[in-house]
Amino acid sequence: MVPVSYYVVLSAVLFGLGIIGFLFKRNIITMFMSIELMLNAVNLAFIAFSSVLGNLAGQVYVFFVIVVAAAEAAVGLAIVILIARNRKTLNVERVNLLKL
Amino acid sequence: MFVLNHLWIIPLLPLLGAAVNGIFGRRWPHAVTNSIALGATGLSFVAVLELFREFTHLAPANIPWVQTYLPWIAAGGFRSDFSLQVDQLTMVMLLVVTGVGFVIHVYSTGYMAHEGGYARFFSYLNLFMFFMLVLVLGANYVVLFVGWEGVGLCSYLLIGFYFLRQSATNAGNKAFWVNRIGDFGFLLGMFLLFRTFGALDFAHVLPAAAGAPADAPGQFGTMTWIALLLLTGACGKSAQIPLYVWLPDAMEGPTPVSALIHAATMVTAGVYMVARSHVIFLHSPVAMTAVAGIGALTALFAATIGLVQTDIKKVLAYSTVSQLGYMFLACGVGAFSAGIFHLMTHAFFKGLLFLAAGSVIHATGGEQDMRKMGGLRKKIPWTYWTMLIGTLAIAGIPGFSGFFSKDEILAAAFTSSPYGSTLLWVVGVTTALLTSFYMFRLIFLTFFGSARYDEHEVHVHESPRNMLVPLVILAVLSVIGGWQAAPALWGGVNHFEHFLEPVFSTAAVVGEQMPSPKVPEAASLEFMLMLVAIGAAAIGLYVAWRMYIQRTGMPEKLAESLKAPYQLLSGKYFVDELYAAAIVRPLVWISRNVLWHVVDEQMIDGAVNGVADVSRHTGNTVRQTESGNTRSYAAWIVVGAIVFTSLLLWLAVR
Amino acid sequence: MTAVLFFLLAAVAVAAAVSLILQREPIHSALSLIVVMAALAGLYLLLGAEFISAVQIIVYAGAIMVLFIFVIMLLNAGVEERTQFSRMARYIGLPLAFVLGAGLVYWITRWTMGTASAASMGSVTRPLAMMLFQDYVFPFELTSILILIAIVGAVVLARREDERQ
Repeated sequence: MVPVSYYVVLSAVLFGLGIIGFLFKRNIITMFMSIELMLNAVNLAFIAFSSVLGNLAGQVYVFFVIVVAAAEAAVGLAIVILIARNRKTLNVERVNLLKL
Repeated sequence: MFVLNHLWIIPLLPLLGAAVNGIFGRRWPHAVTNSIALGATGLSFVAVLELFREFTHLAPANIPWVQTYLPWIAAGGFRSDFSLQVDQLTMVMLLVVTGVGFVIHVYSTGYMAHEGGYARFFSYLNLFMFFMLVLVLGANYVVLFVGWEGVGLCSYLLIGFYFLRQSATNAGNKAFWVNRIGDFGFLLGMFLLFRTFGALDFAHVLPAAAGAPADAPGQFGTMTWIALLLLTGACGKSAQIPLYVWLPDAMEGPTPVSALIHAATMVTAGVYMVARSHVIFLHSPVAMTAVAGIGALTALFAATIGLVQTDIKKVLAYSTVSQLGYMFLACGVGAFSAGIFHLMTHAFFKGLLFLAAGSVIHATGGEQDMRKMGGLRKKIPWTYWTMLIGTLAIAGIPGFSGFFSKDEILAAAFTSSPYGSTLLWVVGVTTALLTSFYMFRLIFLTFFGSARYDEHEVHVHESPRNMLVPLVILAVLSVIGGWQAAPALWGGVNHFEHFLEPVFSTAAVVGEQMPSPKVPEAASLEFMLMLVAIGAAAIGLYVAWRMYIQRTGMPEKLAESLKAPYQLLSGKYFVDELYAAAIVRPLVWISRNVLWHVVDEQMIDGAVNGVADVSRHTGNTVRQTESGNTRSYAAWIVVGAIVFTSLLLWLAVR
Repeated sequence: MTAVLFFLLAAVAVAAAVSLILQREPIHSALSLIVVMAALAGLYLLLGAEFISAVQIIVYAGAIMVLFIFVIMLLNAGVEERTQFSRMARYIGLPLAFVLGAGLVYWITRWTMGTASAASMGSVTRPLAMMLFQDYVFPFELTSILILIAIVGAVVLARREDERQ
């Protein structure tokens, strides 16, 4: 029997790793993937609590999270394509036309 | 009862004249301007005459007669209206102001005929009449103060009439500023009055003050402070020490202005105010002593300066300061009606002297330096004779008006108890001697001797009729003006004092609790005092005659041998320089270095600019977040998320 | 038994996540992410959420990640340069992340809520469907619209600009 806190700790660790990746990677796509990692970590937490509480609502939420992640990924990648087309680079530091 | 019910006519006519002349006068010929200005003042004078007639039929219970026209200030417990009042004192002042004013207006039509700004001059002159009448007719201190300030304004405007001359504008400024200092004291006095008595109407304040306890000799109680503050205002307006310095400079204005404002009417406003507030002054021995002392000191001081002046108008200016000192001296010893009497006679003879001096200046083509005159007696006889009459009056030669008024003051100074004293009397007599001397010196230098000017350059001509007639009128008044106040000694009844008695009788009413200022003099004492005064005048005349007629080399030799006193006197005791160094320079320094550089530039501008700077810096700082650098955006997002999550966690766990 | 499986899958997930952020090529990062998702699917199974586990594999790993890989290959995303840490991230983000992580771990382990196991769930799919189509039908429909919007948006955004005639 695994205490639920282990699952939550794992979720936290994955989430932290996702943040690190988000902050420190310079490729836009990689940053995006770090965000996906964060979402997955949150999903794990939801499922864990759903299991402990015996409430299926957590799983429903996860369902919706996955759906939204899909939509977001689609649109986000479209934007990434546009950026790559315009700036000829995937380096997020070059995407700085708003800089003064 | 017409004018009594419509008192507003008296001041309003000159105001209308001022407005019409001021707005339209520039395009009209002089004749139209004259008719408007003279008409306004003349009608006002006629109204005053009619008022006098009606006044004599008024029952004593109705005096003072008050007319309230408009409510003005009603704030909390304080109420002040536009009210005018008439009593005997007002009557005297009204007659003097409108009468002498009208005469001087007539004179001005001749004097200013060739000057620019004709309509402007008459507009200002009429405006002055309006304010002076408001001052005199006011039924409370507030309306009086309106008139007070207004005549100060007109004085400024008229002194600086030739505004293209730097010295004239400086003189106008100086008059206004020095007056302002006095006005500040006056205002403080009014505030204190209100605080003590709850109102500023004469009808409320004066009876209330009469019933209030008097201050002990040497005590600086409320009454004393009120009186001293009011005295400050009077010193400013009436050119007493230490606020007299503006009056000699005011001679920059045209001569009719000097006659009207700085001899006959405006400078007497201070005396009028003191006389009006006599109840308050009588309750304060300190203030009475101050009034008498300042008056006597100023009289002597100015007379000494007048001894050595070479400008004909400056001599008369210092003479005015000196005579005003006499009036203050009279009020200070409790002889208020004597002071007012001298005010009236002074208006006659000083007005006359100034107008005659103007005639001399006009005759010599603008020359004002007496050293460049001489021998004008035969060439401008009318001017000579009228000026001589004025001089006899001011010197106190028996029979002329000045003799009666001055004699009364000197007698009061000697005999009045407890405020009169021998010292004051001695100062008064000395001043009379000096007055006689410098006035006759003026006559001799100007009209006698040989001509000290180039007779080919200057064509001396007599003045036109519209300048001479006023001279004659005022000369006549200077002679007969004193007769109705003939002292009992000579078999006459002092009608003047009797007329003013109801106003100043409160002095007697209060007399129960306080020492009464006047003690009936023994006839022989009065006779002796009179003889001494006459003697002083005679000595002055004789010395002047010796120095300027018999041995004309004497003045120069005397000036040489008494070099230091001579320089002190001709430098006017260097009072102006003293003021400049002790007061003006520090003030200007403070204004420039403290108020301007520090307060205005650093503090106020700094505060305003500082607000802008704060905005700018805040904007700059916040701008860092909008760097255009996506990664820093990412970092900010994470930071925000972490903060938020932590907050939630902390709240949940609590 | 479940404990062993848990630690195994957890280790795989963490290792793959670390690999994701340490890899230099984006394609390697994408593959690492797929491994993470697979591990998580296993963990879901352990928790008794079999439906979600299947959805995770099919949709998340099978569709979304494939999309990612398509885009990476389309854009020819090359080697990423050595990261020059932005000052913000280095001095604030990293420490804060660790702090948050440590804090979370601490707080979480203080909770003793119970154990989680698959057995406690029983059959899930049917009740889940019931919930989805009864209690949460509104969000369900909304998400379908959301997907529609996403499709249209993605198409519009990524379209090549045609030459206007």
